[in-house]
Amino acid sequence: MTVSATAIPQNSTLDHFSSILRDVLSRPSGAVGLFLVVFHIILALISPYIAPYDFKEMNSTMMLADPGINHWLGTDHLGRDVFSRTIQGGREAMLVTGIATPVAVIWGGMVGIFFGLVGGRLDEVMMRLVDAFLSLPWILKMLLLIVTFGTSILVLVPTLAFIYGIPVIRIARAATQDVVARDFVSAARARGNSRATIMRRELLPNVLDSLMVEGAMRWSWMLLAFSSLSFLGFGVSPPTPDWGLMISDARGFMSFAPWGVLGPVIALSSLIIGINLTADALAKSLGIDRAQKATV
Amino acid sequence: MLQILFRRLFLGFVTVVVVSMIIFAGVEILPGDACTAFLEREAKGLILESCREDLGLNRPAVERYFDWAWNALQGDLGISANGKDSIASLVGARLGNSLLLAVCALSIGVPLAIILGIVTGLWRDKPIDLLISTSVIFAMTIPEFVSSTVLILVFSAWLGWLPGIVLTSASAPISEFFPEIILPVVVLSMVMTAHILRMVRSSVIEVMGSDYIQMATLKGVPYWRMVFLHALPNALLPAINIIALTIAWLLGGVVVVEVVFNYPGLGRMMIDSISDRDLPVVQALALIVATVYVFVNLSADMLTMIANPRLRTLYTRK
Repeated sequence: MTVSATAIPQNSTLDHFSSILRDVLSRPSGAVGLFLVVFHIILALISPYIAPYDFKEMNSTMMLADPGINHWLGTDHLGRDVFSRTIQGGREAMLVTGIATPVAVIWGGMVGIFFGLVGGRLDEVMMRLVDAFLSLPWILKMLLLIVTFGTSILVLVPTLAFIYGIPVIRIARAATQDVVARDFVSAARARGNSRATIMRRELLPNVLDSLMVEGAMRWSWMLLAFSSLSFLGFGVSPPTPDWGLMISDARGFMSFAPWGVLGPVIALSSLIIGINLTADALAKSLGIDRAQKATV
Repeated sequence: MLQILFRRLFLGFVTVVVVSMIIFAGVEILPGDACTAFLEREAKGLILESCREDLGLNRPAVERYFDWAWNALQGDLGISANGKDSIASLVGARLGNSLLLAVCALSIGVPLAIILGIVTGLWRDKPIDLLISTSVIFAMTIPEFVSSTVLILVFSAWLGWLPGIVLTSASAPISEFFPEIILPVVVLSMVMTAHILRMVRSSVIEVMGSDYIQMATLKGVPYWRMVFLHALPNALLPAINIIALTIAWLLGGVVVVEVVFNYPGLGRMMIDSISDRDLPVVQALALIVATVYVFVNLSADMLTMIANPRLRTLYTRK
């Protein structure tokens, strides 16, 4: 008889995930969302090889040209091909957020589970710190770090991972507290298991569902943050194509050259909506009510 | 009851103190100070020394923190890095403008969100719910700068109905902000409506499925009487907290929207002061925004508790 009945044995982990995946795909929002996400990931990987033009190739005779056979989405104010830039405009954003998201979820999750298990004074103090940190707007924290340390990937990844890991602490701690008083945790304690073992074998499997949904949400928020920063001029540096930066550049000309804005707008929106539809379907599959902890 | 109130007030105060420490330490750790920012990079040696002496920057950090915190407590937020303007007066006008934006967005967003939330909750999974709930995902997830840009493109560039940018100066009277304020208000109300609506919807669904509503149905209470008198008072309680979060967000976090529309509120002041490395202003703004956040949330908790007797006993048990 195993006391840790809710812990998922190693060999069925794969089955567990494939059954979740099937459930997500069986929902309309999940199927559409996952399709958009996978499409964008593939596009980001292959776009440099299929783009008709070099993203930094300027053409002074073809500035703000209308869409046509040669330039499907026209050209921008420097005569660069908008289509080529749009399909490559998500690469940097997806690379940075694609690394930062798992890092944020893992460190925030570990810290959250730890404090949920330990409790007491230490937990109380930590939660005050977390509350205090969360009461500051994200953009203020991001900008302060970026203005000081620059906007290279080596700065952006740890910055995003740090800032977006803090709310994960709260989620993981709350999910841990739901189970920490249950019998199988007491049993593990009674067996004399170490804290690390209890965290890994008893708590993590129970918190994993919340963390997966949280991870999907964090990814979409990070993309939003990343592109907003680019839009404000604090992110990707030219001539690297980035949706936020492209929208900001093309805004001035949009009354007579709207495609320069519409291309990246559709690309960015479809990716973010795709992630959110997937997260929504995932939450429903796992029985987690996301609306209950909606954060603005 | 009073005891809980004091306890929560005290905890809120502690949070603000911790925030002020984080802000001060954060700004302190970052390389550069008001003097290097003010004197640019060429300042070295004696000039820098004397500047630091003038501003008292060579005193120990702890001592300066208590000075700053004590003054802030009395409403004196110090002077901006250019050495002239008092931050309190700079912030005043901007805070008023942010409030104006927030009040406009709230007065549209909150009623709309509650009505639509009730409608979608009562007609769950019906066409109207699917339509609204799907639009909500769009409104919630599309970045604000994207929706703003598209709205400006459609209503300002193409149709020419509304001005796409705010040209009014920061200290202008309220009436001059119309109609320029309409588009930013629409963008903000869209986002907040989406968040509040989701909350109201799921709460209505939960309450409508609860035992006491079933009991009322079985007792033969007319449907609408039951909805308005039995279900809604309970279903709308959780909305208080999320509305509070929205208010806090509106008063501090709408940087992107304010930049896109060139609106002279706190958000744009924040980004300008960060770009200019005007650290005293950054510190002051961070403190104001965090304080608003903490106390708006606190008020919401208290309001929920007053409105819901069950929570009161729950808290005293702790």
